[in-house]
Amino acid sequence: MYVAVKGGEKAIDAAHEWLAEERRGNPEVPELSVGQIAEQLGLAVDRVMAEASLYDRELASLALKQAQGDVIEAVFLLRAYRTTLPRFGASLSVDTGAMHIDRRISATFKDLPGGQVLGPTYDYTHRLLDFTLAAEGKAPAAPTAVPRDETMPRVLDLLADEGLMEREEAPADESGPVPDLTREPLTYPAGRALRLQGLARGDEGFLLSLGYSTQRGYGRNHPFAGEIRQGTVSVEVEVPELGFAIDIGDVMLTECQSVNQFKGDAVRPAQFTRGYGLVFGRGERKAMAMALVDRALRAEELGEAVQGPAQDEEFVLSHTDNVEASGFVQHLKLPHYVDFQAELQLVRSLRAARVAKKEAAE
Amino acid sequence: MTALTGDDRLLCVRDLGLDYGNGRGVRDVNFDLWPGEVLGIVGESGSGKTTLLKLLGGQLAPQSGSIRYRMADGTMIDLNTMSEARRRHLGRTELAFVHQNPRDGLRLAVTAGGNVGERLMANGARHYGRIRAAALDWLERVEIETGRIDDRPTTFSGGMQQRLQIARNLVSGPRLVLMDEPTGGLDVSVQARLLDLLRGLVADLGLTVVIVTHDLGVARLLAHRLMVMQGGRVIESGLTDQVLDDPREPYTQLLVSSVLAA
Amino acid sequence: MSGVEGYNFAYLDEQTKRMIRRALLKAVAVPGYQVPFASREMPLPYGWGTGGIQVTAAVLGADDTLKVIDQGADDTTNAVSIRRFFAKTAGVATTTRTAEATVIQTRHRIPEQPLTEGQILVYQVPTPEPLRWLEPREAETRVLHALGDYGVMQVELYEDIAIHGKIKRAYDYPVEVAQRYMTSPSPIPKFDNPKLSNSPALQLFGAGREKRIYAIPPHTPVRSLDFEDYPFDVDHPGQPCALCGDRASYLDEIVTDDKGSRMFVCSDTDHCAERRGEIPQ
Ligand SMILES: Nc1ncnc2c1ncn2[C@@H]1O[C@H](COP(=O)(O)OP(=O)(O)O)[C@@H](O)[C@H]1O
Ligand SMILES: [Mg+2]
Repeated sequence: MYVAVKGGEKAIDAAHEWLAEERRGNPEVPELSVGQIAEQLGLAVDRVMAEASLYDRELASLALKQAQGDVIEAVFLLRAYRTTLPRFGASLSVDTGAMHIDRRISATFKDLPGGQVLGPTYDYTHRLLDFTLAAEGKAPAAPTAVPRDETMPRVLDLLADEGLMEREEAPADESGPVPDLTREPLTYPAGRALRLQGLARGDEGFLLSLGYSTQRGYGRNHPFAGEIRQGTVSVEVEVPELGFAIDIGDVMLTECQSVNQFKGDAVRPAQFTRGYGLVFGRGERKAMAMALVDRALRAEELGEAVQGPAQDEEFVLSHTDNVEASGFVQHLKLPHYVDFQAELQLVRSLRAARVAKKEAAE
Repeated sequence: MTALTGDDRLLCVRDLGLDYGNGRGVRDVNFDLWPGEVLGIVGESGSGKTTLLKLLGGQLAPQSGSIRYRMADGTMIDLNTMSEARRRHLGRTELAFVHQNPRDGLRLAVTAGGNVGERLMANGARHYGRIRAAALDWLERVEIETGRIDDRPTTFSGGMQQRLQIARNLVSGPRLVLMDEPTGGLDVSVQARLLDLLRGLVADLGLTVVIVTHDLGVARLLAHRLMVMQGGRVIESGLTDQVLDDPREPYTQLLVSSVLAA
Repeated sequence: MSGVEGYNFAYLDEQTKRMIRRALLKAVAVPGYQVPFASREMPLPYGWGTGGIQVTAAVLGADDTLKVIDQGADDTTNAVSIRRFFAKTAGVATTTRTAEATVIQTRHRIPEQPLTEGQILVYQVPTPEPLRWLEPREAETRVLHALGDYGVMQVELYEDIAIHGKIKRAYDYPVEVAQRYMTSPSPIPKFDNPKLSNSPALQLFGAGREKRIYAIPPHTPVRSLDFEDYPFDVDHPGQPCALCGDRASYLDEIVTDDKGSRMFVCSDTDHCAERRGEIPQ
């Protein structure tokens, strides 16, 4: 006999309790602290901060702990927290030229002022499982050196000084309000400022695949990794009462600028153009993918043929947000009894009409 | 043909120009078009024919000049300064545009009947039976078997697709029909049949047509008047027989003697 | 006044609520028009009612009584979850009784009991754009709405009749609001479409992921699209509810064994319980 699905409330409570138990795992294994996550799962924390658009290592670590390491779930938790925060204002633009550099590489010049600085990278590690880590061995101390006392000009600025690279035009009024896609509805065409915002918080996997697609012929744009730099920059805020800017802290950033060909047209001579990627933390893969997609999205502006999804602003921006995507994909598991019932009736009536027609014909 | 007076011109084009930014496009185009007239635009490939037609159809916006059009109520309006809303409305009522490639002018995922009925529905028709009757009537007129009404155009041959595109455009009784190489890309025998059909429709319905073609045979058969284009300009115009049999311009002479591959 | 430490009444901060209310006012002023709004991330997933939740949060007052249904039922898991959310964050009274509620948030149904003056029905909307399946681009669909250029939808309905003999849309059946905008009624079964028209209640629609709000103000005519000779009609399984015997309500089909046995019961649980006398009138 049919029993109305009462008891939904109880079931939900029980499910949550079970989840909490699962999260903790075997109680005989020591519990992970938020500090341990922040220190030892740093790249996961970086990714959560980047895609949640909230620079807070501690909260991101907490979110990761609460989500059992599910990055998108952690991003979601942090985003839901972020929306409730008041917005005090906008910082001045950070100066990545003045970055305190940990890593800086260029694929376009063998050597350059400031040199190539590898920093902490997985690039040349051999991907062999390291069983000493499982044995909880102590990490050897890395050698240290005094940083070379040289300025590190941005590679693309060097090209621009020679007129070979387009100059980015600063907005006419830098003090004007910064568009914020978390506070205003996005409408199309969105323009580059909002596009970069959307990409910076976009899903790393999605951008990686889109960027990759441009390398495989779906919107070709000949990129070189002009420069990748990683390190800390200070964030400054102008306080009207004081009349000058004050430093409110440092953030770790990864910036990638790609160098791309541009054939030139009736008004513009041949020149290099750039794709730009910037993410919180050590998100190098994401920054590079972002630079590829940013450049691909400039196709129309530069009069290039639009041939791939990575070049389509509305397509990219409306599908890059993993919290939106995750929610909508998973909403399919919500009950759809009513719609399905309506479809059932329709399909039955269409089938009955077909049978009736056939019988009438016979 | 009725007497051509200055007062009842349907279309009045003055100093029309568009540069794509590379020095190509069209410039200084001037002409008038009277109701019931078929105007042919001929010229070699790249001479600006399609550009001109797209300007007339509102798919491209001119950089200079004007295109004035006489509405059904007699008032003259400038097609370019018109609001997007009115232009789109005009585009599904009074104006028709037949693309060279029927795939550009058809909805391939929609049945033949739906394709023909679309303009009627866009203009407010809400009676299924009457829409279907109109679609059947038009399929017959363009010599498509009425049994194909619920088939998709993807299952049609190239010639049938082109005839379907014509039916889809003419169903709303447009006052001005723009055609870009309607017989291009078809086999010779298929071309001949389509041409025959077009000639019949133009005569029966008294259509006003601007037809772009690089085929002088098509021009001779259909057009009352011709404009010859070269490098984006109109270099010669006149009655069809006069232009083809007694061309003034050296370029036209070459074109007519088919020295130039049009 | 808030039920949860550190959060504002009904979760959203007052500034956000004002932003949503401005969008709502515009939506009411232009019935059926999709107003873009700066949808916030909510602590519930996109696609699970974030639009409806934001609208409810913006209209809810301390003395409101809230009812939440999903598929017509008060006790489906998502309905329970959203009702709890507001009970917790706003501390408002909740009810399962349609008549007692001042605000009803719904997913996929309109209650059987006719709504009355002063009630607000808040719909959760996944895809606010009725033309989306015909034209994927937002930039283009906005132009089509601006120009009232709706021929493509009528072609779609024509195709259904030509190929299937009837209009093949069972839910999310497009409507025309106040003789102007083509609008998605959200995925309610078309059975519910007639209730959209000239309702004394205010109907608000929120799409969180798509960041759109729209409204059908009280006493606004709503027409389900059709053809003169193929008028809009509703389907019914032709059986009464197995529990309360109602012949006019929308029914869920329940599979009772693996031998093909089925029973039909009201999808509106409150309505059914009331008819069975489980709730004192
Ligand atoms: N979108 C465009 N951008 C730049 N040049 C164009 C474009 N379209 C056409 N052209 C150029 O404009 C000229 C006229 O083209 P078109 O009107 O298509 O000629 P036709 O139809 O007579 O072959 C040609 O030289 C063509 O290469
Ligand atoms: Mg051409």
